Amino acid sequence: MNPMKPLIPILLLSLVIAAAPLPAAVTLESFTFPTKAEEQHFKDLLGQLRCLVCQNETLAESDADLAHDLRAEVYEIMKSGKNDQEVIDFLVKRYGDFVLYKPPVKPSTYLIWYGPFVLLAIAALLLVRAVGRQRQVQEPEISAEERKRLDRLLGDDAGKGKQG
Amino acid sequence: MIPELGHLALILALSLALVLAIFPMIGSLNNTPGWIALARPAAWGQFFFIAIAFGCLVSSFLNDDFSVVYVAQNGNTLLPPVYKVSAVWGAHEGSLLLWVFILSGWTVAVSLLARHLPAVVLARVLSVMGLVSIGFLSFLLFTSNPFARVFPVPLEGGDLNPLLQDPGLAIHPPMLYMGYVGMSVAFSFAIAALIGGRLDAAWARWSRPWTTVAWMFLTIGITLGSWWAYNELGWGGWWFWDPVENASFMPWLAATALIHSLAVTEKRGAFKRWTVLLALLAFSLSLLGTFLVRSGVLTSVHAFASDPARGLFILIFLCIVIGGSLSLYAARAPSVTSGGRFDGFSRETLLLGNNLLLVIVTAFVLLGTLAPLIYDALDWGKISVGFPWFNRMFVIFTPFLVVLMGMGPLTRWKHQDPADLARQLRVALLISLGGGILAALPLLHEGSVWAGLAVMLSLWIVCSLLLSLRQRLRYRKGLAGLWQDLGAKGSGSYYGMVVAHFGVAVFIIGVTFVMQYNVEKDIRLSPGESTELAGYTLRFDGVQARQGPNYRADRGTVHILKGEREIALLQPEKRVYTVQTKPMTESGIDVGFTRDIYVSLGEGLGNGDWSMRLYYKPFIRWIWFGGLLIAIGGLLAASDRRYRIAVRDRVPASAALGNDGLIANGGS
Amino acid sequence: MTRYLRYLVPLAIFALLVALLFRGLSLDPKIVPSPLVGKPIPTFTLTRLDNPAVTISDADFKGKVSLLNVWATWCVSCRREHETLVQLAKTGQVEIYGLNYKDNREDANRWLAQLGNPYVANAFDSDGRVGIDWGVYGAPETFIIDREGIIRHKHIGPLTIEILNEEILPLVAKLKS
Repeated sequence: MNPMKPLIPILLLSLVIAAAPLPAAVTLESFTFPTKAEEQHFKDLLGQLRCLVCQNETLAESDADLAHDLRAEVYEIMKSGKNDQEVIDFLVKRYGDFVLYKPPVKPSTYLIWYGPFVLLAIAALLLVRAVGRQRQVQEPEISAEERKRLDRLLGDDAGKGKQG
Repeated sequence: MIPELGHLALILALSLALVLAIFPMIGSLNNTPGWIALARPAAWGQFFFIAIAFGCLVSSFLNDDFSVVYVAQNGNTLLPPVYKVSAVWGAHEGSLLLWVFILSGWTVAVSLLARHLPAVVLARVLSVMGLVSIGFLSFLLFTSNPFARVFPVPLEGGDLNPLLQDPGLAIHPPMLYMGYVGMSVAFSFAIAALIGGRLDAAWARWSRPWTTVAWMFLTIGITLGSWWAYNELGWGGWWFWDPVENASFMPWLAATALIHSLAVTEKRGAFKRWTVLLALLAFSLSLLGTFLVRSGVLTSVHAFASDPARGLFILIFLCIVIGGSLSLYAARAPSVTSGGRFDGFSRETLLLGNNLLLVIVTAFVLLGTLAPLIYDALDWGKISVGFPWFNRMFVIFTPFLVVLMGMGPLTRWKHQDPADLARQLRVALLISLGGGILAALPLLHEGSVWAGLAVMLSLWIVCSLLLSLRQRLRYRKGLAGLWQDLGAKGSGSYYGMVVAHFGVAVFIIGVTFVMQYNVEKDIRLSPGESTELAGYTLRFDGVQARQGPNYRADRGTVHILKGEREIALLQPEKRVYTVQTKPMTESGIDVGFTRDIYVSLGEGLGNGDWSMRLYYKPFIRWIWFGGLLIAIGGLLAASDRRYRIAVRDRVPASAALGNDGLIANGGS
Repeated sequence: MTRYLRYLVPLAIFALLVALLFRGLSLDPKIVPSPLVGKPIPTFTLTRLDNPAVTISDADFKGKVSLLNVWATWCVSCRREHETLVQLAKTGQVEIYGLNYKDNREDANRWLAQLGNPYVANAFDSDGRVGIDWGVYGAPETFIIDREGIIRHKHIGPLTIEILNEEILPLVAKLKS
């Protein structure tokens, strides 16, 4: 889904402790752009990059010192007319793929990018087989004796209740 | 004195858990009524002692007893009383105590409400729950004792993490744990059925309401967590695919598959093996979540203080519980008979398709969550898998689920004529396609393909639900007819489904619209200065200092105007808690049915100027409203009359034991 | 037989998962290995910490095996690590260069005067720009650089005697030979 708005962070659950970062509102008003679209683009790009210090925050929101420096760095690269890929290359060259919340598509990441579709194919195969098998079933769904036992256990007409 | 009492109570609870796990199980296998009868008192005793332990920890917090390490770390004299109570589950040890407390509560609930079960089955169910309880009680006692003392006694406590000092987070963990732990009931029913060798409609009927209730709590817990994150973190976000979030989402997905599969097993006797596997999976994923959150194998925002020793303990426990149950499954599944016959196109097929999709989604959430670990362990490089990946996968897979969701309720069991269904759904298809195209075109609003897709999917769900209602009520007239139908047996399940599916439609709109049409603005404002945001005028009236019970705050005043008329006054705060001294943002939010306006304070920039972040969040409420509807649907389904009838007309347990031969007769 | 094997699939998947999680217990998810290992050191020119008039650059690292230690006075674990560095310097096994990262010149020089100076020379990176080129994300960090000026290893976190003996010095010895 593009353009992916940074879905901002974080959550929850239980609980925390020691190293858990506290959110401090970092605002980006000091980075100025000629158009709103460019400003939004800058935020979206930062929102897809992972901060290395507070590792579960994006560069758009981290208050870590390094995040401030890297934001300035990204701003300058963009200002010099370079595109997203060049920003990403700059960071990956220094910090590795870890900085990308969206992993690059390359042979080592085929597992995550294509794995779900392999699962889908397997599931489709299983579905076809299971349905095929079930069509062959001839026995009554529940034997009369079983029916009686169930009726007694459940104290009602479980088997007849097929109205749903 | 009180902490020692709590510690002693935990030890006694562990002994009773041992009794519960061993004697009724053996008694059920060799038919010793005296041992079987131990199940209920042991379950009650366990609950009693854990309740005492829990009460002791609460009282230590309320009395600021800092001689207890856990209280010294997470309590504070200045903490408001309500947060002193919620501080009990504010960190690892206490939250684990809450876990076992809730588990023992579910155990007692089963022993009270499932009295219609044959004694043997009930004994086995309670016994399996006792086994789970042993694991967690020993984890608590041997690695994470919440009652450990410290000397010299600190004068003041380290205070509850300020992030947790929020009403949303005070109730979020208990709800979530009700869900996680509730899955142990479905799990125990499944194990009992596997041991007894009878996976039948009765088993499905018995475990259905329990599963639905647990699933409902899980839904509420996750929804609350998301709502809390939005309110408290100052980023306007509501989900980030953090490992901790995924840890709660995976059991939910598996449980969603399970409640659908149980319906088939109960009504048609089909999918037995599959259903039992899902019951094992749902609880296994709850346990896995506990491991992921508490072992430190993944970087997460809100991991507990990580400790490999604790991780190892849980891992061994996982091996026993999950490994044991899957081995039992492997041993028993081959002898389970296939259920009723159905055709290639039938409600069974659609439900099976829905189940497989949900399991695929669960699997890829697991894959994405564990990918950093997999890559690290195999030395394939360090990667991050974050929201862009998860969102993309979801956008690819959910439409299929939604299409099936629309068709399911209109499709007949056993056999459905595709042409007939197509005729019925023609209207739904036309309306949803038309609505989707309208939403995608830039007519009323900035158009978006994604908004179009969302509108289409939601309308598809809503239209097909209306068609299904019309079909169901075709012999009943008007509101009186609807009222009559609401009281009928089986109607709870049906209307629960309607409400929950409607909730999904609402949720889809919320998620997509807030992502597509969200407007954010970072700005520096001087007192008296105004700015424009999505058609509203926001006037900043400066910041005043304020003293809270255990924090100091800078409180900003922002007036929201629509044209000349003031519609809201927001007071976002930036707090510094006295003890933990880290800044916290408390956002100011003007809540609306179709939009929120969200203001969070940034930094003071001198001369009364402040930087702040402003958001216009269209339809964000629909996300949690959808979640709430889904939970209400669960409640309706669980309250179906036929479950209560079963309680009232219960067969005497002895009769069931004597005549039905439910005593372990292998898988033969 | 295959009829029974099918039902073992869930157990097999679980076994794989357990193996993975067990391995995970001994890995630290927070450590991000540097993509610069195996690559030439980034080019840079900075002033020396003790003398703003003199510069130090990547060329100074050529022709010998050396360590580059990233440190700062604001960094708590750097203080813990410092004693280890001083001891290492005394043995004379390897030249230690310092990258004083986002620090204050006065504070840093006072720190070295008080705690001892294990460094051959310190580059003063006040705005952290060079640190970014080196992929620094949290002091202290230590790089091992070979004679060709190629980064051979990066250690993240404070050095201890054990880490020196097990991780750093064996590699230094190998690179020297």
